[in-house]
Amino acid sequence: MIAEFIAPTVSWGPLAPVVVVLLAAVVGVLLEAFVPARFRRVAQVTLSLAAVVGALVALALAWSTVKSTGGYDVLSGSFVLDGPALVAQAIILVIALLSVLVMADRTASDEDAFAPMVSAAPGSDYEKIATTRGMAQTEVYPLVLFATGGMMIFGSTGDLLTLFVALEVLSLPLYLLSGMARRRRLQSQEASLKYFLLGAFASAFFIFGIALVYGATGTLRYSEIATAVATPTGTEGLLLLGAVLILVGLFFKVGAVPFHMWTPDVYQGAPTPITGFMAAGTKVAAFAAMLRVLYVMLAGLGWDLTVVLWTVAIATMLVGTVAGLVQTDIKRLLAYSSIAHAGFVLTGVAALDKQGPSSVLFYLLAYGLATVGAFAIISIVRERSASGGVSGEATALSQWAGLGRTHPVVAVTFLLFLLSFAGIPLTAGFVGKFAVFSAAVHGGAWPLALIGVLASAAAAFFYVKVIVLMFFPASEPTQASTDAEPAAAAGTGTATLLQTAPARVVTTTVVRPNGLATVSIAVCAVLTVVLGIFPGGVLDAISQVAAYLP
Amino acid sequence: MSHFPWLTLLIVLPLLGSLALWLPSPLRGRAREVALVFALAEVAVAVIAAAGFDTSRAGEHQLVETHSWIAAFGVSYAVGVDGVGLALVLMSVVLVPLVVLAAWREQGSVHEATDGLRRYLALALLLEAFMVAVFAARDVFFFYVLFEAMLIPVYFMIGGFGADRSRRRYAAVKFLLYSLAGGLVMLIGVIALYMQGPGGPQGFLTDNLTGLSLDPSVEKWLFVSFFIAFAIKAPMFPVHTWLPDAAEQAPAGTSALLVGVLDKVGTFGMLTLCLPLFPNASRWAAPFIIVLAVVSIIYGALLAIGQKNLFRLVAYTSVSHFGFIVLGIFAFTSTSISGSSFYMVNHGLSTGGLFLLVGYLVARRRSPEIADFGGLQKQVPVLAGLFLVVGLSALSLPGLSTFISEFLVIVGTFAVHPAAAIVASIGVVLAAIYVLWTYQRVFTGPLPTNTPDQDVRELPALGRFADVSVVERWAVVPLIALMLVLGFWPRPALDLVRPSAVTSVQQVGAQDVPQTTATSEAGK
Repeated sequence: MIAEFIAPTVSWGPLAPVVVVLLAAVVGVLLEAFVPARFRRVAQVTLSLAAVVGALVALALAWSTVKSTGGYDVLSGSFVLDGPALVAQAIILVIALLSVLVMADRTASDEDAFAPMVSAAPGSDYEKIATTRGMAQTEVYPLVLFATGGMMIFGSTGDLLTLFVALEVLSLPLYLLSGMARRRRLQSQEASLKYFLLGAFASAFFIFGIALVYGATGTLRYSEIATAVATPTGTEGLLLLGAVLILVGLFFKVGAVPFHMWTPDVYQGAPTPITGFMAAGTKVAAFAAMLRVLYVMLAGLGWDLTVVLWTVAIATMLVGTVAGLVQTDIKRLLAYSSIAHAGFVLTGVAALDKQGPSSVLFYLLAYGLATVGAFAIISIVRERSASGGVSGEATALSQWAGLGRTHPVVAVTFLLFLLSFAGIPLTAGFVGKFAVFSAAVHGGAWPLALIGVLASAAAAFFYVKVIVLMFFPASEPTQASTDAEPAAAAGTGTATLLQTAPARVVTTTVVRPNGLATVSIAVCAVLTVVLGIFPGGVLDAISQVAAYLP
Repeated sequence: MSHFPWLTLLIVLPLLGSLALWLPSPLRGRAREVALVFALAEVAVAVIAAAGFDTSRAGEHQLVETHSWIAAFGVSYAVGVDGVGLALVLMSVVLVPLVVLAAWREQGSVHEATDGLRRYLALALLLEAFMVAVFAARDVFFFYVLFEAMLIPVYFMIGGFGADRSRRRYAAVKFLLYSLAGGLVMLIGVIALYMQGPGGPQGFLTDNLTGLSLDPSVEKWLFVSFFIAFAIKAPMFPVHTWLPDAAEQAPAGTSALLVGVLDKVGTFGMLTLCLPLFPNASRWAAPFIIVLAVVSIIYGALLAIGQKNLFRLVAYTSVSHFGFIVLGIFAFTSTSISGSSFYMVNHGLSTGGLFLLVGYLVARRRSPEIADFGGLQKQVPVLAGLFLVVGLSALSLPGLSTFISEFLVIVGTFAVHPAAAIVASIGVVLAAIYVLWTYQRVFTGPLPTNTPDQDVRELPALGRFADVSVVERWAVVPLIALMLVLGFWPRPALDLVRPSAVTSVQQVGAQDVPQTTATSEAGK
């Protein structure tokens, strides 16, 4: 006998932010089909910005209810909008907003960071035609919105199946976006493929873990799993293995050691505005999800997972800092820095302390702002050839030498982000670092905090390396040619001159953004300072709603 | 008047000056004048604030302001000074205008970039704000924030201006990494200390963290984490090696601020944080620290004698002097601690002056090597005279204020650790060697002409040296005047620092050895 179908009652209010973003993404796909090419970019950018701002407004409206009642539980736990979820969504939206501004900026060179026609093979005639016609791949914006929607759901679900779907919704657009760089396209496509393959691998672990947990507990709901964990049934081994595999999937997403291999290649290959978005947004989403998994679903397994969490946290901090020390490319350097930061955040997570979630979220906000800002700046520091034509980004560290003299404002802003990464007081990064370390000490994980501060000291070295390079170059940029001349003359004649001459012709310059990226960088910089000096308001707001719904 | 936020004004004023120099404005072209006006205004405000300070209650914090800053962490913006803090604040604000004056003519020579001087002065004013704030901080977190944040302007002052491009980079990075490493270890201590305290929105106030009955082993670890940071900053043997490099590469004004004021944060931290917060651990560690301090005294002095470079020489004399300060603090008698507190002020004046004078010499000769000098006494008599007086203050000649502080430290220490005091006194003898021998090599004898080697290095001839200009003279004369006045009439300064010292001894729970005769004699 077939039971009568009962339509579920869905309370759309708490879903509104996610719905707005995803709906806008769908509309964006339609715009691609129906809007004439010359209006498409404006339409897409407007739509994306409006959707993100609209979602932020919707979140703001939900704030007071969440604060007073503890949150919403939609569709019996498939979607949960409690305090941590709301804060994570808000951070993701802020990052998305700032990133879209950077992506939309075509700079004075009138080119954005994306290939004019991604489907054209690199170096082919099609590509040349697309470039000369000034075509643009405006699908970027709907893809970013889909990824944003996935990120928002990722940390706000109380159901393992939804968690997996959200993981794919956020990952697939990012795989695509990574391959869309305008320059160094082969490297970009390689990054995309690598990200996809390793991501698929991690997804497999993840879904296998879900299957094991389901096998052990007979349910996919966090709350029911939590109950099952509390009552011994003899299937703890299965449960523990499943939990670890789920964590592996999440470790992959945050770039924790030993699941970090993709990070440097993908960060380097992806279009720089996408790198900023991905580095900041994915981390927020994945850590939000990890916190919920650990604090709600596996709260009873805390002690058994401690060894895993501690090992991964320590390894991540050490590998991130040590490998970061020897990087010569600014994007790879920030990639290893992001690995180290994942380790610092993990110290706050691994403490399994009640201060954990709020401190981690604040850290991610501080880190996200500095990341988006730093990558935005990288996207405008370009190479200039002898003929004056501005080409791709100058990502080799050596090309940043002397930027403090030639472009002081850009260099000082970048300095600010580096100081925030390094956790120097009076920047948001310091407050975040203090918060997670103090959560770790409070939770009894003081050895983690100790290793954390030592790693911070080592990590500071590679930020300082960039600062030294920008502000105290080994030789003045203007003196470079005069210094080199005697050396060349002392060489064996014209052959040396011919060899060294072309290398020096490429100089580093900063292209002028057409306003959007400037706004984004300025907002990131101002917030980094403001949250460093007056973090009280935001910290209070986050800690007021720090409790998870069961 | 007592409710007026004098200390906040003292912190904000140099910040405004720094901003005025950074921001594009018509003032940019007159950087020297703007910086001097702000620095002098700061002195005036500091004097007015000091007038409102009740010396009879110098052991307590006065001019107090407390506002909640980051309630979630229990952090307050809490400032206030006791006698020691006030003395150091005054010393800092006096030193800054003199550094500005000393930099007056350096435009174009040391600061090669066109507006290098403007950036340099902006950083110096920014640093001044941090210095005042750190000596006035009454909140452990606030102190820590300033302790770390002030590294950044100093880093740029060392790395951005100075003689040798690649070596100053090395010096700046070394300075930053040493300090950061020490600071981060302290951060763990700061967090752990808060956990031990009462918590709440004012949980980081020093007052709320004083007198906790900590678990002995926890207290020891906390003490160690704080002490390492302060020992690096001070700097003490064996973590002093960044100082000679930094002092050698930085311009003289930077070194004067760095050694004269900034490094005092280390000893100030030991005195105002380590002692009251961790009294038992302080007593536990004292013998060990006293040994290190005595080693610093002798080792610093011996190395100073062996230096060939004037800047490095002054830096090593400071390692020796910091040994005295630390020795006095950890001898735990009110006499020795008064001596150390007064020593901090005097050392700022004396070493600040010494760095500025060495800066004058080096700016003329374009070389800091002692071997490149000789016989200058007749050529530049005023400079030689100033150098001699300031040098004599470094060897603690009676009649100069440095004598009184060193005397108090040794006498106060002798009462409890006679052996340490006796060995430390050898440092006084060594000081005579490094000062007088340096004077002899630089200023006495016949005026040498350039050797061929010196000609190759294009050093200006010694015979064409000009004596100190009016501006240069006025950058040093106030320091000498202060040292003379405090040398003959130290009572006001001792009245300021003595009550705080008595409080410190009580807090640390040591048996004080009153030496009324010694102190009152010195006070005459």
